[in-house]
Amino acid sequence: MKLTLEEVSNVAFLARLALPEEELRRLAGHLNQIIEHFAALQQLDTTDVEPTERVVPMVNVYREDVALPGLDREDVLRCAPRSNGEAFLVPRVVDTADGKDGGQ
Amino acid sequence: MTRDIENIQTAWQASEALRSGRISARDLTRASLERIAALEPSLSAFLALTEEIAMEAAERFDANPAAFPDPLAGVPAAVKDNMCLKGVPCTCASRILEGWEPPYNATAVQRILDRGGVICGKTNLDEFAMGSSTENSAFKVTRNPWNTSTVPGGSSGGSAAAVAAGQVFYALGSDTGGSIRQPASFCGIVGVKPTYGRVSRYGLVAYASSLDQIGPLTRDVRDAALVLNLICGHDPLDSTSYPGESPDFTKALRRDVQGLTVGLPQEFFAQGVRDDVAQAVRDGARVLEKAGAKVRDISMPNVGYALPVYYIIAPAEASSNLARYDGVRYGHRSSAASDHVDMFMRSRAEGFGAEVKQRIMIGTYALSAGYYDAYYLKAQQVRTLLRRDFDRAFEECDVLLTPTSPTPAFAVGERADDPFQMKLADVCTIPVNLAGIPALSLPCGLVDGLPVGMQIMARPFDEETMLRAAYTFEQATEFHRLRPAI
Amino acid sequence: MAETTLAVDIAETGFEAVIGMEVHAELLTRSKMFCACSAEFGGEPNTRCCPVCLGLPGSLPVANRQAVEFVVRAAMALNCEINRETFFHRKNYFYPDLPKGYQISQYGDTPIGVRGWIEIETEDGGVKRIGIRRVHLEEDTGKLLHSSPSESEVDYNRSGVPLMEIVTEHDPRPGFDQINTAYEAREYIMQLRQILLYLGVCDGKMEEGSLRCEPNVSVRPVGSREYGIRTELKNLNSFRSVYRGLEYEIRRQIETIRSGGVVVHETRRWDEEHEVTAPMRGKELEQEYRYFPEPDLLPFRFEEAQLERLRRELPELPLQRRRRFEEMGLSRADAATLTSEKAIADWFEEAARDYGDPKPIANWVLTELLRLLNQAGEGIQSCRVRPAQLASLVRLIDDGTISGKIAKGVFEEMFRTGRDPREIVEASGQTQISDEEAILSAVRKVIAENERVAADVRGGKEKSIGFLVGQVMKETGGRANPRLVNELLRRELGAG
Ligand SMILES: [Mg+2]
Ligand SMILES: [Zn+2]
Repeated sequence: MKLTLEEVSNVAFLARLALPEEELRRLAGHLNQIIEHFAALQQLDTTDVEPTERVVPMVNVYREDVALPGLDREDVLRCAPRSNGEAFLVPRVVDTADGKDGGQ
Repeated sequence: MTRDIENIQTAWQASEALRSGRISARDLTRASLERIAALEPSLSAFLALTEEIAMEAAERFDANPAAFPDPLAGVPAAVKDNMCLKGVPCTCASRILEGWEPPYNATAVQRILDRGGVICGKTNLDEFAMGSSTENSAFKVTRNPWNTSTVPGGSSGGSAAAVAAGQVFYALGSDTGGSIRQPASFCGIVGVKPTYGRVSRYGLVAYASSLDQIGPLTRDVRDAALVLNLICGHDPLDSTSYPGESPDFTKALRRDVQGLTVGLPQEFFAQGVRDDVAQAVRDGARVLEKAGAKVRDISMPNVGYALPVYYIIAPAEASSNLARYDGVRYGHRSSAASDHVDMFMRSRAEGFGAEVKQRIMIGTYALSAGYYDAYYLKAQQVRTLLRRDFDRAFEECDVLLTPTSPTPAFAVGERADDPFQMKLADVCTIPVNLAGIPALSLPCGLVDGLPVGMQIMARPFDEETMLRAAYTFEQATEFHRLRPAI
Repeated sequence: MAETTLAVDIAETGFEAVIGMEVHAELLTRSKMFCACSAEFGGEPNTRCCPVCLGLPGSLPVANRQAVEFVVRAAMALNCEINRETFFHRKNYFYPDLPKGYQISQYGDTPIGVRGWIEIETEDGGVKRIGIRRVHLEEDTGKLLHSSPSESEVDYNRSGVPLMEIVTEHDPRPGFDQINTAYEAREYIMQLRQILLYLGVCDGKMEEGSLRCEPNVSVRPVGSREYGIRTELKNLNSFRSVYRGLEYEIRRQIETIRSGGVVVHETRRWDEEHEVTAPMRGKELEQEYRYFPEPDLLPFRFEEAQLERLRRELPELPLQRRRRFEEMGLSRADAATLTSEKAIADWFEEAARDYGDPKPIANWVLTELLRLLNQAGEGIQSCRVRPAQLASLVRLIDDGTISGKIAKGVFEEMFRTGRDPREIVEASGQTQISDEEAILSAVRKVIAENERVAADVRGGKEKSIGFLVGQVMKETGGRANPRLVNELLRRELGAG
């Protein structure tokens, strides 16, 4: 599998990285180099091998449903690049189809 | 008095001096801060100094030492700058976190503060802990105290350099693929990657969640045990935190390896390991043998796949963990943004360094539809095969002995433009994170005047056996007394 | 009415719609899904936030046990199979209201609940069994306010509130049905809402967004097997808009196809005031969520005992209950009203049990109680009358202590004060006079004062007796037992 420049720029968009053409080219080269090393894995037979997602053998870790006060709003907004003292401010968000799960 | 302080080599010696009243925490802390200031120009180990926090803790200790029974109370320390210390900038050595001050303490940091620990500053690292040389910091390149033209290793290079150079008595690092052990070996000190789940990850800025673990960098094995006692334990804020009691690790400090079986996995002595390094580790094995351990060669056939597995899993998790840096709530926001998508893309492009972007790209690609099975799923399956290798190895052996890194510290800039050579530096440490087991690196020799590290791995939650083997070796040798001339 | 004619229109086009329902319900937990911040609705912007729900670097999630059990309960109530082992995934995408850059959700074939169903009634009174594909648990996002033309405000109070997603089977298994009309879609969401309210896991406020409905709809010629191209609808914030939006969208798609056009796969927004759906503005970003198992959380393994406990705790659900009430002899309409709210149904049943016969109790609840609650604008929860008190009021009528007419007044006072009926009746001395002596004296007095009428009656002028009865009632302030009055008058006048 070799990555084309177009695929690389699609990946860059998925990752929300605005990269200039030459950096995309450099990355394409680098990614393909790395992917070659990945190829080694394909030789291994892993049929019926369970994936290891977590190395801790535990299950059923919960917290009880108790509400506690959170941060003061000043602390919430302190490091915001832009805020109005009540909310974070971002460039006007056009009403895209993605975003809030369940619409509204 | 100052001569007194200069004679103090380890945290436990510092503790004895404090308890005996020979010195005060205030003087000890001031001496540390002075040494940090004096050496910073040549080492560049620190990203932030926390003088007030340190002096205040020291004074609180001096006012009533009895109120702080922990041996490390009053002893100057440092933490890697990817752990939250309330009100102090946390940068992860990245521009994208510009100006962010955490409103909370990481659990490990909180435990140090609660027990009277003295935190003098936050240490440099490869951006978001991605790297093996601490050259990938957006702010400075940390140097190795043994030879400032070489790297201290990474990503916890700032913590390793600071401890090796005696700026502080111990430091916390984080280890995702070797980021504690490899710099420890490059800087000739002890570094421990505890079992996954031993130390809470709450407040540790995530690189790869299923691999990250906080651990100590110290002058000797006793100090390592003391720091483990300080930071280990269950934390309800981390779902993956081990709920069981953690033992008193100092109880494991016995010169006794009678009947212990030490395994030497041959695969770890192949793949680009320098002969003199391999030899130093084999000599280390002989030391344990003389002390009564059985030493045997074993084989772990899947170890060779660890590197590709790691370079799929870690970037995949990272690409998701680093998605929160979008310029909305904290950190860098591009001034040129027209709409929110544009804001995301520019802020992230401007804020992240090259290595981080690269790993985000790999991870995003490995998780994307059509490639998930071929890469991410496959890697997790091979990870299982690797764990089985360890299970089998630990049926026959109590600990495994390997080099920590194939080479001693390399020259600054030497591997900067050779990403794969760079990644080879972690070839011996990565399998440990993939399996979630504990491992420790301690000095076992010098080559070309630079320290060589020996890695001791143990069964999950059996840090005690690991510490016992390490302590036995350390007490039988003089390597831990070697100090850089700096 | 207008609704059915529209539906007929569609039927006559020779097309049928296929509707899939994706519903998001915010759970009624005290705290959020993965942190201890309050999950309560409202609050000043960004005052219910912590490092976890703000996605601050280093923060980690810990799952809310109550939320998990709520979803298991809901999945059981929706007849789902419960996956014994279930876990979370990360759904990766960028949006300003999504603080971590991913939503913790459940993906693939191991959500908490799978393969369920829910029964709805169709327009013709038939019953459809709608297949449910999955019921899973996730976290809500923050809120965006578009207050100024140049900037949007972000409020994370809702960020991390537990959210349950319920998705219908797009291609139902044999024995299960599809939603084919706007009417059925509205029935589905109504039924679903009622079930969630019965379970107490969601408050079902569509306007506030605690219950959100995103249908997808396609049309195809009746009888065809393939599906048409779907569109998704957003911004349906009431039963009405669910109905109107789908009606509009179905007709739009049919007209598009008939006029030789093609339906495009897109997300369309229901415009409440102009009653049209329009494509969402802005760049439609092709979604690629890069799901993978959430490494910061561990799997959940449900033990048989735990599932048994949750199953036992399930309340009787609205549909079963309505049917049971019908079997008690209540009309479908009455049963439906009584079961519309669990609290009302509970109140009714307790009273009926105490009294022993549901019918008269049902009448009192449906007429008097609900009327008074409406007037007072109160819910049954705040009702001062206890079910047992209604039962004893009705008994007072039965044993003739008071007349039905007086009882209504007494009930109004019970509703105001919560006092016992007997107490009220005695205090106001409104008990009926059934003592012969007392009434007889009044009867004799009336006869004496109305000689002529009395004579008429004696002379066999039967209906004149009514006048005398009236006079006696007046004498006794309407409290004499009418049956006795009649009897005594006839005896005194020697009439038949
Ligand atoms: Mg959803
Ligand atoms: Zn929170």
